[in-house]
Amino acid sequence: MTAFKRIDKPSHINRTKQISFQFDGKMFNGFVGDTLASALLANGKTLLGRSFKYHRPRGIIGAGIEESNALLTTGSDGRTEPNTISTTAELKSGITAKSQNAWPSLNFDLMAVNQLLSPIFGAGFYYKTFMGPLKKSWMMYEPIIRKAAGLGAAVPDVDSARYEMRYMFCDVLIIGSGPAGLAAAVTAARSGARVVLVEQDFEFGGSILSSGSEELERWRKAQIAELEKSPEVRLLKRTTAQGIYDQNLAVLSLTPENHPALKITEQLRARTIIMATGAIERPLVFANNDRPGVMLASALRTYLNRFSVVPKKRAVIVTNNDSAYSTAFDLAENDVAVTVAEHRGTLSGNLLARAAQLGIAIFPNCGIADVIGEKQMRGVRLSGRHAVTIECDVLGMSGGWSPAVHLTSHGGIKPKYNEQIAAFIPGGFAKSHFGAGAINGTFGLLAAIREGDAAARAALPDSKKIKEFDLPAVREDRKYSIQPIWNAAEKSNEKYAFVDFQNDVTVKDIKGAHQEGYFSVEHLKRYTTLGMGTDQGKTSNVNALAMMADLRGLPLSQAGTTTFRPPYSPMTVGAIAARSVGLRFKPKRLSPLHDWHVAHGATFIEAGLWMRAWFYDWAGKTPEEAYIKEMELVRQNVGISDVSSLGKIDVQGSDAAEFLNRIYVNGFAKLPVGRARYGVMLNDDGVVLDDGTTSRITDTKFYMTTTTAQAGEVMSWLEYLLQMHWTDLNVHVTSLTDEWGGMAVSGPNSRRALQLAFPEIDITNEALPYMGVIEFKFEGVEVRVLRLSFSGELAYEVHCSADYTTALWEHILKAAELLGIKPYGLEALASLRIEKGHVAGADLDHRNTLDDLGLGKMAGKDKAYIGKELRFREDCQAPERWSLVGIESMEEGAKLRGGAILFAATDEIKGHGRGYITSVTWSTELNKYIALALYNGGLKHEGEDIICAFPLKNENVKARIVSPHFIDKQGERLHA
Amino acid sequence: MRIPCPHCGERDVAEFRYGGDASNVRPSHGSGDLKQWHDYKFIFDNPQGPHLEYWQHVYGCRQWFKLNRNTATNEIVGGER
Repeated sequence: MTAFKRIDKPSHINRTKQISFQFDGKMFNGFVGDTLASALLANGKTLLGRSFKYHRPRGIIGAGIEESNALLTTGSDGRTEPNTISTTAELKSGITAKSQNAWPSLNFDLMAVNQLLSPIFGAGFYYKTFMGPLKKSWMMYEPIIRKAAGLGAAVPDVDSARYEMRYMFCDVLIIGSGPAGLAAAVTAARSGARVVLVEQDFEFGGSILSSGSEELERWRKAQIAELEKSPEVRLLKRTTAQGIYDQNLAVLSLTPENHPALKITEQLRARTIIMATGAIERPLVFANNDRPGVMLASALRTYLNRFSVVPKKRAVIVTNNDSAYSTAFDLAENDVAVTVAEHRGTLSGNLLARAAQLGIAIFPNCGIADVIGEKQMRGVRLSGRHAVTIECDVLGMSGGWSPAVHLTSHGGIKPKYNEQIAAFIPGGFAKSHFGAGAINGTFGLLAAIREGDAAARAALPDSKKIKEFDLPAVREDRKYSIQPIWNAAEKSNEKYAFVDFQNDVTVKDIKGAHQEGYFSVEHLKRYTTLGMGTDQGKTSNVNALAMMADLRGLPLSQAGTTTFRPPYSPMTVGAIAARSVGLRFKPKRLSPLHDWHVAHGATFIEAGLWMRAWFYDWAGKTPEEAYIKEMELVRQNVGISDVSSLGKIDVQGSDAAEFLNRIYVNGFAKLPVGRARYGVMLNDDGVVLDDGTTSRITDTKFYMTTTTAQAGEVMSWLEYLLQMHWTDLNVHVTSLTDEWGGMAVSGPNSRRALQLAFPEIDITNEALPYMGVIEFKFEGVEVRVLRLSFSGELAYEVHCSADYTTALWEHILKAAELLGIKPYGLEALASLRIEKGHVAGADLDHRNTLDDLGLGKMAGKDKAYIGKELRFREDCQAPERWSLVGIESMEEGAKLRGGAILFAATDEIKGHGRGYITSVTWSTELNKYIALALYNGGLKHEGEDIICAFPLKNENVKARIVSPHFIDKQGERLHA
Repeated sequence: MRIPCPHCGERDVAEFRYGGDASNVRPSHGSGDLKQWHDYKFIFDNPQGPHLEYWQHVYGCRQWFKLNRNTATNEIVGGER
């Protein structure tokens, strides 16, 4: 038994190009130009899926983006896509499609037992049942329900499709290529403006494609031909305008014709936007209106005129408006017997005359009482005084038309109700936005074309010069008339009368929501799930809103609408992420020494965006093994480490010293040339921003280093002060972070290492004392040697242009080879500084004050510096602030862990504790675990016993609070 | 959002960083007045509508500037260097 057939009538399918495809394991044929849905209908397939909640058999309801039922899973293996809208999916050779929501098969679906349970599965069922007195009941039921529910299924494999994001610009964006959109595009193109015409279908033309009119087809082709010849016009088929955002940003999603596996998201900036998005037909609500074979009347016309697919013998049309007669007449002209059930009592003479001519019987003042048949409808019973039963293949329904106002709504403009057409139209258009055609409630074809032309002229300056527009030679538009019918279900059948097909929401559910007090449209939506899902209520919203308004005794204009949000139609999440996934999620920053590290056995670790050498395989295979050996190398001999990621800023100008003196808490005004100084800077609020070493190279030139983490922030901060506030200071700052590289040469033998590397330079303690800086040329390359130490050992930093950093590094390694110099990585570097008690990124949580870090004494008493005032506000001076302490493990073999929560020995181990460990390491000098921590009251508690709790591993380790300076407290090694 | 950089012209917001409310006047350096600095740093209006704010063309010319942006519509009303 099949309800549809393909006839010979010429249409938009290409009969010379047959293609085969698969549906639920069987092969079928269709033609180029078919959609998946039209090809399935032509093959007599009307049962395509099961519904979401009750697993009722479902077929195709529409012929476009509004489709709520006929969703299929397409593709195979790793590349399947759930919820493909079969009515918009272009038929491609070899396409594989499967029905959804049916188990074990479409024809015999065990879950259809839910239909019998429908009395208890009404709206709010889940909330009521699983949120009951048993607190955990939802957790128990959820996995079972999730499995039984849901549309389609996501694929667990890595997505193999390709996604791109692109950014474009235009003068006029026209959304929709129906009569209004085509007219707007041609007029705009004639002005020479940069025009983009967007069409979600794979053909331009919109409603013209469904018209069956030769004259309109000629006109359509002429317009497209003119557009194709216009050099400034981009024509985008298979492209959906998903959202309109501030400042005329349109987000488009498109699939290029030649690359079906590629999805592009385009961010298009348009000077003006013309919305010619058309209108969507509404279903009528009556018993069993969801049976396969019950379709939108306009969809029947589309299948006939665009795809040559017609109901086999007889169609019944049920309507409350004039538009359905186009379908009735076209079907009758193609030898389908047609009967019309007409809700209205009177009709225009023209319609009656034409119907009589074509032998169409019209039953006035009646609708549909019930639909007969289950997996495929077989007939209808009329309501009202006619109450006859008519056998038929299909039922075409039309409850009127809803303008596609979605995109105007994205900008926050509420739709408004128009009584005349019984529909919501845009409440207005934003500045530089225009509407044309059915979106405005203008349902006539010639009127739409005129509006399209007018919208383009309004959107463009100088539009008078544009050539007049050619209208197609068709008769004037028929007047449109409608009598709203929101609920045509008989009371006893309300639970089978579907309002939202995709979410199985019936008239009964809406009445239930009203009964329970969910009056507002937003509550109605959440309570019943109406308007959710892939179709977002394109066919259901207005009927439901009207029913609720009726129940509340309000006019529809006062009931309000839900807010439409992007995307307009379903979008693959991958298409939004585009290329920003995996390794491309964020950029990687590489040191100029990166390749050397790779070639010499480094294991890397991410530090912010930087890839840093973590440890080297000369020292061990695991970080635990390696960092201890690398630390020992530095403490006992000499090691070299890459510090290129440090922020490096060149500060120049006659006021440079004054500038630095203002931003650092300690004095820089009198720093002598050839000397470096450790400095700390605060934010305005008195909280520590960053620390680092700044050297005076000449009287007016300084070389600042910052922490790796704060390099960008400090640079912006300096620029902000200089450009927006201290414009009187003669200072310029330049970031050298990427231009210069650096290395730390550390350990008791570091001086000897540098003397071997630069035998002609005087690096004695006298020539280059602690915190001294020298600059020289080595083989023509400018080199800066700064004597400073992060590890607490005698140490130097050697900086030069990034171009020569690797050469210089290799030179030092080679020259000092006989000493046993080797590279050490970030783990050892960090461990060494913890032993020395130097704070770093992990300890600085952007809440510390100078005093919290034990650095209060650094600040100048008599000088002004940023943050000085607010540093002394009450909160920052509170006695119980979390401040820096050292911690020593008191349990042999027990590990201290970063993030461990600290408690006093007598505390109950519960809650947030008195502080936490910020950095931790094994100390090779002390032979125990040591840590830096922030602790309530800080060093006031020095010597007290504490517990380091790590609940994730159920550990409570005994430890003691000590000074954060674990080694060489007098600094003898530094000054050696 | 598109932001007009006074030096480079209109560019995508991704090239900029936001630098906070620009309607408060920064006290003079080293004023020593705690109340003044407190109000400057912590007391802001939260208007729906025009809002004077700092922006930096951080992935461009690195120019800082003031921008008058409507917080409700993202419309740029004006700017100053």
